[in-house]
Amino acid sequence: MTAIGFCDLTVAYNGTNAVVGFNDLLHSGEWLCLIGPNGAGKSSVLRAAAGLVPYMGSVAINQTEIPAASARWRAQHIAYVPQAPVIPTDMSVYEYVLLGRNPYINYFSSETSHDRDVIDRVLNRLDLVQFSARKLGTLSGGEVQRLVIARALAQEAPVLLLDEPTSALDIGHQQQALELVDSLRREQGLTIISAMHDLTLAGLYADRLVLMHEGHRVAEGTAKQVLKSETLAEFYGVSARVHHEPDGTVVVIPQRSSHL
Amino acid sequence: MSTSVITSRSAEGRNKQPLSFALGGAVVAFMVLVGLMIGPAGPQWWRIPAELLDHVPFVSLNSGVSRADWNLVWQIRAPRVVLAALVGSMLSVSGASYQGVFRNPLVDPYLLGVAAGAGLGATIVFTLQRETTSSWIIDPLPLAAFIGALCAVLVTYVVGTAFGSVRSGTTLVLAGVAVTSMLTAIQAFVLQRNSDVVRQVYSWILGRLSSATWGDVRLILPYVVVSSVVLLLHRRLLDVMRVGDDEALALGINVRRVRLIVVLAATLGTASVVAVTGLIGFVGIIVPHAVRLIVGASNRVVLPMSMMLGAAFLVAADIPSRVLASPAETPIGVVTAFIGAPFFLLLLRTRDVSR
Repeated sequence: MTAIGFCDLTVAYNGTNAVVGFNDLLHSGEWLCLIGPNGAGKSSVLRAAAGLVPYMGSVAINQTEIPAASARWRAQHIAYVPQAPVIPTDMSVYEYVLLGRNPYINYFSSETSHDRDVIDRVLNRLDLVQFSARKLGTLSGGEVQRLVIARALAQEAPVLLLDEPTSALDIGHQQQALELVDSLRREQGLTIISAMHDLTLAGLYADRLVLMHEGHRVAEGTAKQVLKSETLAEFYGVSARVHHEPDGTVVVIPQRSSHL
Repeated sequence: MSTSVITSRSAEGRNKQPLSFALGGAVVAFMVLVGLMIGPAGPQWWRIPAELLDHVPFVSLNSGVSRADWNLVWQIRAPRVVLAALVGSMLSVSGASYQGVFRNPLVDPYLLGVAAGAGLGATIVFTLQRETTSSWIIDPLPLAAFIGALCAVLVTYVVGTAFGSVRSGTTLVLAGVAVTSMLTAIQAFVLQRNSDVVRQVYSWILGRLSSATWGDVRLILPYVVVSSVVLLLHRRLLDVMRVGDDEALALGINVRRVRLIVVLAATLGTASVVAVTGLIGFVGIIVPHAVRLIVGASNRVVLPMSMMLGAAFLVAADIPSRVLASPAETPIGVVTAFIGAPFFLLLLRTRDVSR
């Protein structure tokens, strides 16, 4: 079943096209990773789906086109984790995760006990219970990332968008964060679209990669199909070796230009 | 088991709110009482509480306050205290809302042009022979200040949203700064051509509660009530907006609409109190910040607490303004800045406000 579909999505900023005619269909529980050099339009696809930038074409959830004017409906179906979330340092962890319930709370009312139950479940699942009274300013980078994912989970949306989820984390926390997302995907059947720079990690976790370049899709498929040294050279301008592990992992190793 | 731990923790956080609100209410009640008790003339201060109780239905007390003295308290002091409370609460809750909606700790309605617009409106009225205009059926002074304030913010809003990027609040604040300096320039020009009214305009700008009547209270009460209710209804949404425009939008908030409604309500309330009392500066900045230092930054608590402590603050500031240079009046704006600034610096020293 199709969880989210893009039809001819085009995003333009001041007349310059950032994304041109992006089409894709993701089945429920699929993890799609957008890769490509800076400015390729990865983030714009995510931001359009999250309703943050105006776009042409359409985005549909379960074959229902997202109503243009309803931020609330969109937030009930798509959770968005930005690359650099704004962290109000004196907000408590509990308050922060509670913000994820906003799409379900009427304009002038406040949270119900059901909303609080959802938060308790999310905090439990992500091992954040002991932090619930802590201020955001006292948390480490890895904890903050987990917290932002917790807020997205509290939205109970079937589709999760992750913009550079690991760019601010060390290698250990990168792995932890992606493992967490992957296990949540398996448990809850979340459909995930992420934009990532680390090609090896992208290939390791995503079912499918889409390589973007100047707003266009230029390659698509599994890590093995997309991550080829000639493709990377063409679109990233990088000189890299691609190494295939026996277990199917594709490793991208940048090469130094030879100094003789 | 862990579930019960968090449930009790979050419950604890919620239980602190009624306590804060009760304390805030007690502070307001206390300051109002003190405000009624102190003044340059009238009955001995300690007789006032008994006299007030005497006016409660079914209570009869002999307080020894004469009818004339009671009239002085009720007709002169009481409207002044009530007006101070209303103005203080309105300025504070407007400041808190502006700071929330723009995520900028330094903004309040004055910054978007309310002060300059009202100042220009009042200046123009002062130049038109105040002796005659004040006897018109409707005193044009508050009206002109009100209209000036609203027009200034309207211009700021139109300019700020037309030229700025769609959702950025920063452009709006910068537009406010530009509109303010332009209106101030016009005001200076008008004043320069009519130097005979400089004194009157200056004293209006410093703000005063001295001529407060129950009529003034009735005049601003509807605006204050409506604006405050609208702002209070938005306090949860203001908390969501603390994560920034983009994320608030992704969480399902129509950021532009919320910002417009909050700005409108806060501006309307502020313009109405400015029209009656002149420019009482600094309240909309220091009270919300003091509140945040005491109860934390959640707007759900900050907004109602700002209303209460703002009311208490202005009633308190009005007391030195009456007695300091008695029988002359010290302008309330001078007192709020003179007491407020050091008090605020002291708070800054104790707690880090940038958090």
